[in-house]
Order: sequence, then C-alpha cells, then structure tokens
Amino acid sequence: MNDLSFLKPASRQIDFDNFDDRLLLYVLQYEPSFFTCISCGGCTATCSAGNLTNFNVRKIGLWLRRGETEKLSEEIQKCMFCGKCTLVCPRDINIRNVILLIKKRIAMLKNENTPA
Amino acid sequence: MEKLIILPFSIGFIYLLGILGFRFVKWVGGLSRLDKLRLIHSFKTRRFFDSLKEVFIEGLLHRKIFRKNPVLGYMHMSLAFGWFLLIVVGHFEVMVSRQSLIAPIYLPVFFRYFETSHSFPLSGIFSFLMDLLLLFVLSGVALAMLKRFKKKLFGMKKTTRLKTGDRIALVSLWMIFPLRLLAEGMSAGLYGNGSFLTSTLGHIFGNLNSETANLSLWTAYSCSLGFFFAALPNSRYMHIPTEILLIFVRSAGVKLKKRNNTYTNIQVFSCSRCGLCLDNCQLSAAGINNTQSVYILKNIRNHNLSDEQLFNCLLCGKCEVDCPVGINTIDLRITQRIESTRQYNSSYEYLEDGPAPNADTVYFAGCMTHLTPGIIASMKKLFQLAGESVWFMDKEKAPCCGRPLMLAGQYEAASKLIANNTRKIIGSEAKKLVVSCPICYKVFKEDYELVNVEVVFHAEYILNLIRQQIITLKKGSDRIIYHDPCELGRGMGMFEPPREVLRATGKVIPIKNEKQMAHCCGGSLGNLKISQPERALLRNQAVEDYLQYRPDVLATACPMCKKTFSRHPGLKVQDISEMVVQALQSKVQPKAVTKKAKSEVLEAELI
Repeated sequence: MNDLSFLKPASRQIDFDNFDDRLLLYVLQYEPSFFTCISCGGCTATCSAGNLTNFNVRKIGLWLRRGETEKLSEEIQKCMFCGKCTLVCPRDINIRNVILLIKKRIAMLKNENTPA
Repeated sequence: MEKLIILPFSIGFIYLLGILGFRFVKWVGGLSRLDKLRLIHSFKTRRFFDSLKEVFIEGLLHRKIFRKNPVLGYMHMSLAFGWFLLIVVGHFEVMVSRQSLIAPIYLPVFFRYFETSHSFPLSGIFSFLMDLLLLFVLSGVALAMLKRFKKKLFGMKKTTRLKTGDRIALVSLWMIFPLRLLAEGMSAGLYGNGSFLTSTLGHIFGNLNSETANLSLWTAYSCSLGFFFAALPNSRYMHIPTEILLIFVRSAGVKLKKRNNTYTNIQVFSCSRCGLCLDNCQLSAAGINNTQSVYILKNIRNHNLSDEQLFNCLLCGKCEVDCPVGINTIDLRITQRIESTRQYNSSYEYLEDGPAPNADTVYFAGCMTHLTPGIIASMKKLFQLAGESVWFMDKEKAPCCGRPLMLAGQYEAASKLIANNTRKIIGSEAKKLVVSCPICYKVFKEDYELVNVEVVFHAEYILNLIRQQIITLKKGSDRIIYHDPCELGRGMGMFEPPREVLRATGKVIPIKNEKQMAHCCGGSLGNLKISQPERALLRNQAVEDYLQYRPDVLATACPMCKKTFSRHPGLKVQDISEMVVQALQSKVQPKAVTKKAKSEVLEAELI
C-alpha cells in the first residue's frame, strides 16, 4: 500500500546504443513462442509466487524486452516454477521455460563477467 | 609357430581385462563411504545370493526381454546363455582331456585346433554337446542379423542408431561364431574330431580341407574374438560386464541422492541401447526423437548432453517399466537436471512463517488444484460430511509444494519451500495431511520429513470414508475409464485406491494401456521444453485410445491431467472427488459436527 514510487517514475528512456539484448535473444532462440506474448497479464493473475510477494510475470516479459538484466536477476529469483502461468496462457507460451532460460542466461553472463 | 594364432585373442582379452579392472575400481572407489560399506556388507548377507540369481536370470536368461517378446528373448538368451555354456562345457572338456583342473585360458577357445586326437574319455559326448551349443548360439546370431532388417518380427518398432565403435563390435561379434563353425568344420574334416554339425561341414568341404586353410580360418576366428574384445569397452557391449556390477551395487541399496556420483557411470555404461524405451516413449508421437532415455544415457557417456534434450522429457516413467537392465532413468535424469541448474537456485527470502492454526487435518490443495476449483469444492463438501476440523492450508496464500522445482532440477530452491511448508504443517499439530494432487503427494511422501503426520492422498481418504460408511454412494451405470496419473501410478505405485472409489460410483472398464503402461496426458510438469501444440498431440493420442472403449466419463485423480484432458472437446473428464460428490446419496444429511458439539463430547469424555 505504501509503495508510491510510481508517483516519481524514473526515466523510461531506452538507450539503444547501450541496449543489452543478450538475454532477450537467448530466450527467443530457445523459446520462440515468447514472440507471441500479448502482455495480457493472465500469468500474473494466477501466479502462486505473485500471491505471496510482488512478483509479476508480465513485468518479467516487459523487462526482458527492455534488456533490464540487472533488475531481472533479482526479480526472477522469486518464481516457484509451479507452472500455472503456462497453463493459463492464452497464447500457449511455455513461460516456465522462459523463466528457466532467463535464470540460466543470467548465471552464464555472471560467469562471463567474473574472470575465473 | 602354431601358437601364434592365439595372439589376437590374447591381446584383445588382456586389453579388455585391463580396462574393465581400471573402470570397476574407479567406479566402486568413487561411491560414497557409506555406499561402499553397504556394498561390502551386502556380500555377507543373503542379498549376495539374490544378486547372483538375478545375474543368472537377467544377465544370461534375459527373463524380462522374454516377457516383452519371446523371439527377442530367445535371441538374447541363445547368445548370452549359449556362449556362457560353450565356455563352461569347453573348460570341462579341457579338464577331462588333460586330466587336470588347471588349463591355460586359451585352450578351450581353440581346443579343436590343438587337440586333434579324440581318444580321451567322453570325447564323443563332449564334441556332441559343443556342436549342439554352437548351433544354439548360431541360431541367435542368425536372429540378430535378421533383426537388423526386420525388427518388427521382434516386436520392436524402433531401434537405436549405431556409432562406429558399435558397428565394429557388432560385426566382429557376428563373425565370431560362423568363423568358429568353419574352423571347427575344417579341423573335423582333417582330424575327424567333430560331431554331427562340424563333421558334416568337414565332409562338405571335402577336397578343400588343407592345413593352410585350417590355420587361416582359426586365425580369422582368433582375430574376430580379439577385435570384439578390443572394441567392447568403447561400444554399447560394455553393458555386458557393467550390468553384473550394477546388479550387485543396486541390490546393496545404493541410490543416487540428488547428486552425480559414479553410480551414474555404472548405470550409464549398463545401458545396452536395445531401444525398448523408444517404443514406450510417447514423445515420438509429437515428432521428438532425440531425447529418449537411451539417447540421454548415450550423451552422458559421451559428455555431450544438451539442456534442450535433458529437459525435453515428460518424466512419466514409462521407459523405466520395460528397461531390461532396470536402469532408474527418472532419478538419473533428475540428477542430471540438478547438476545442470546448480548454479542458479533461488533462496525465496520473501517466504514468511505465517500463523498455523491448530487442526486435526491439514488440506493442501496445491497450485494445480487451484486451477480446477471443482476439486476444491468437492473436497470441502467431503470434509464437511466427515465432520473433521480441517485447516485449508493454501486457501489464500501458500508457497508451492516444491515438486515442480524438483522436476526442473532446482533441488536447493525446492528445499527452501519444503522447509517453510514443513514448519507450518508441524506447527498446526495435525495428525493427517490430505492432498488432492499427485504431484504434491509425491514430494510430501518422499522429500518432506513430517514426523507424526500421515500424508494421505484424497483417493485413500475418500475410500476410507466409504469403508467406514461415513458417506454412502449410489452406484450409477456410467462406463468409467480411469486414467492413471504418472506421478501417482508409476511414480508412487498407487493403482487400486482410486479404482476402488470409482467402483462405488459406476462401472470401471479395464483397458489395455493402464497401470504401469498408462498413457501420460501430455501436460506433465516434467517437460520444460515441449510446446503446447506438441502436448496436444500427446493428449489426443491418449484420448483416441480411450475413446475406443466408449466411456461416459474419463476419471482421473490429478488436477493437471483433468486440466489437460478437458481441453479436448470430445470427452467428459472428472476428478474422482467430483464423481464421488455427484454420487452421494441425497438422503444422507450432512452430519456436520459443530465446534460446540465437539467440545461437549470432549468434556463428557473427560468427566
């Protein structure tokens, strides 16, 4: 209730010179069905994790498209993989796999950034 | 000079023994200390003899393959058991002829070449026996060749693709016994030491018989043996020695515990790539042909397993049912998934330990049941009739049970959810936990440590209500097909309770593909890669099979299966709890026990 941050939105401008599409391209390569997402929010409405915390699957998709890797790596941890989102999706997107791919790619990127 | 013919055989044999020794020591040494103790202990108990018996029945006689298809079974038995008998009888023959218990290991192999006289006691009987056994093995080789071209005769629709190493081993294996026949036939023609088979062949050779031809045939025979032994460690035939080790290790009680160890290797090398799992796998109906257990095992062995293959499996367990080696493919695959995703687990710091109200019984519906509200309504009705004080644990907010995470390999993440749920259930001081979803049921039974809490599946719970006559049902005339959910049937071995419940509501029709061989609905949470259209293909395959029996209702005990099947237009699908509630006798009034009434009884008891 006290989350009033929307009153002071941060800049939403996307800098295409610094656009990080590594995550998005990876997901689309292995789960092309994500192309068809219409951001209806059905997944968010049914989400078990979203029921417990402010986790939002639709926002995951939005951030994925905007290349917000930093924010995603925190948020994606909350998913419990129960699979309800996949069952209710009107576009038959395999959302569970999308989440798994994001998690995997983020771990891969972290490994790349930290020299062994 | 003559002894040179044993050289190829000996080199191959020594190389094979060296590799086997090295691998076996590495594998057994790599087991955990506890597992090693288990293995040593098992040698001192009756299990040792049980294992020996299993080695004989499965490794030599191939009983499981016989049950699957007699011709296929005969082919394996004639090769394995026939060869084994050839070795054993051959050794006896040498012992008798040399009048000594110790004989060089190569002698029985090339006996007809070295022992040209046939004057030792029982020589006639021995040569007859050896010819008979050779014929037995040759019949197996002939069938094996036939199988390459006409696999349908052997009850197999598909077979695995061979690698180069396998081809070399296969060809040399096929060559061994025909060459032995030719060589022994030639020797029989020259020296007259054969019996019905080899002597006849010697006569047919007639003028072709000569010392040189004899020597070259025996050399060829030795070479084919040598090639086979040398190719064996790098081919699928490695399963022959490894399976023996597997049987001993498995019966000692060694299991994979969410972690890779050398037991994985033992199982992987035990796979004979027979391809029986291919025919059982439903994924081929959706055109997925590279993720079946046999290929996963092969990829683990070759270190080229991709996530796309690893996660493209329904984990329905059908491949395990017919595996002649008894490899635990599901555990193996989940362990691989755990290893593959170990780097990215979640901690779920947002989970809170909410208040847990006291109750006798806890009901955990699970995420999937929340998508099928009909089941929740039915369960509530039944709880009301039973008059129990029930705490509906995940009515509004609760974490998932953890099984979907387990299936995705996120074991550490799942343990966080398990710990949270466990604290709540224990906190409620309940005696019983009722679940209406097999996916939850499996994880509650296997991975939760709920002391003093009985985990009950709703089918068992309802069956108990019927038996105690707390509810009475009116038996209808509906034709019911019961669909075994994978996690409940093959996963937990519960086949009868749901059927018994259904028998109280209508007529349950037995069908061909049920129980161990039941279809997967296609909705499985085990598969993370399959697309919805592909899932629909699997579902339609199952529905088509069911529709042959003209059922009125397709009953199931899993919300996930219900959800999947209900997308098909031509079928009425219901959960068993819904069917029970429909069949309730209307005369029976709900005998709801109010809290007040209960406390009165309790007080009376105390006085």
